[in-house]
Amino acid sequence: MGVEVEVEVEVVVSSEADIVRARQQGRALAQQAGFTGTDLALIATAISEAARNILEYAKKGEVFLRIVHQGETRGLSVEAQDKGPGIPDLPLAMQDGYSTGKGLGMGLPGMRRLMDQFEIRSKIGSGTTVKMSKWTRAHG
Amino acid sequence: MRVPILKQGDILIASIQSALTDRDLLELRDELMHQVGKFRSRGVIVDVTVLDVMDSFAVRTLRALAHMVRLRGAETVIVGIQPEIAFAMVQLGLDLGGVTTALDLEEGLAFLARQGRRGAGSGSRG
Repeated sequence: MGVEVEVEVEVVVSSEADIVRARQQGRALAQQAGFTGTDLALIATAISEAARNILEYAKKGEVFLRIVHQGETRGLSVEAQDKGPGIPDLPLAMQDGYSTGKGLGMGLPGMRRLMDQFEIRSKIGSGTTVKMSKWTRAHG
Repeated sequence: MRVPILKQGDILIASIQSALTDRDLLELRDELMHQVGKFRSRGVIVDVTVLDVMDSFAVRTLRALAHMVRLRGAETVIVGIQPEIAFAMVQLGLDLGGVTTALDLEEGLAFLARQGRRGAGSGSRG
């Protein structure tokens, strides 16, 4: 069964204020999709980290926020893309403790824990795309 | 300055009122550092009750703030971290690295009052 998109919102990220905007938009959409309480905080935090990575490493990029459904289950999908320098060593960046908490880390393993699905593609010189989603538990 | 700072005796209370950008957080840090010296404050309370997100930058900035304030001889208490925020922080692998936290403003003030009695005349901890 395919994933269908109900609503899509694009947030251009090129300043600190956009980080706040992206996570607030994401939170509102997640609420609309049926998420509550802790899930809203987890989703908003993951979006904040993804948007911050764009600003930090690529200066500019886009975050696409989508309410999606697969059969009866609704969810929120987040796609953060940039045309920045790319990540040289992706397996290293995905290692826990590599960057979180100290310096201006990418916090990729942390983001993966906040969401249900997480996927990253990066190519040196052409950019990075993070796709992540979370599903409501209401129907399954 | 987006975060009002209230001076109550030798304690500074910063009550965050709305979502903050990175710059707002850095401004808050710098302003509190400045006021601790200006008013010779002994304690700082940062109330984060209204924050619905505390991401890596926010946590790192608050941790740095608390450590800097301690080097100036005052104690910081972060109050009002909501349960879902605490959950998200743990999932993300963030911690406040030894910074004192309290349930709410009342508990934070009580903590600083106890510290004050214990520390009277004996200087502050390093």
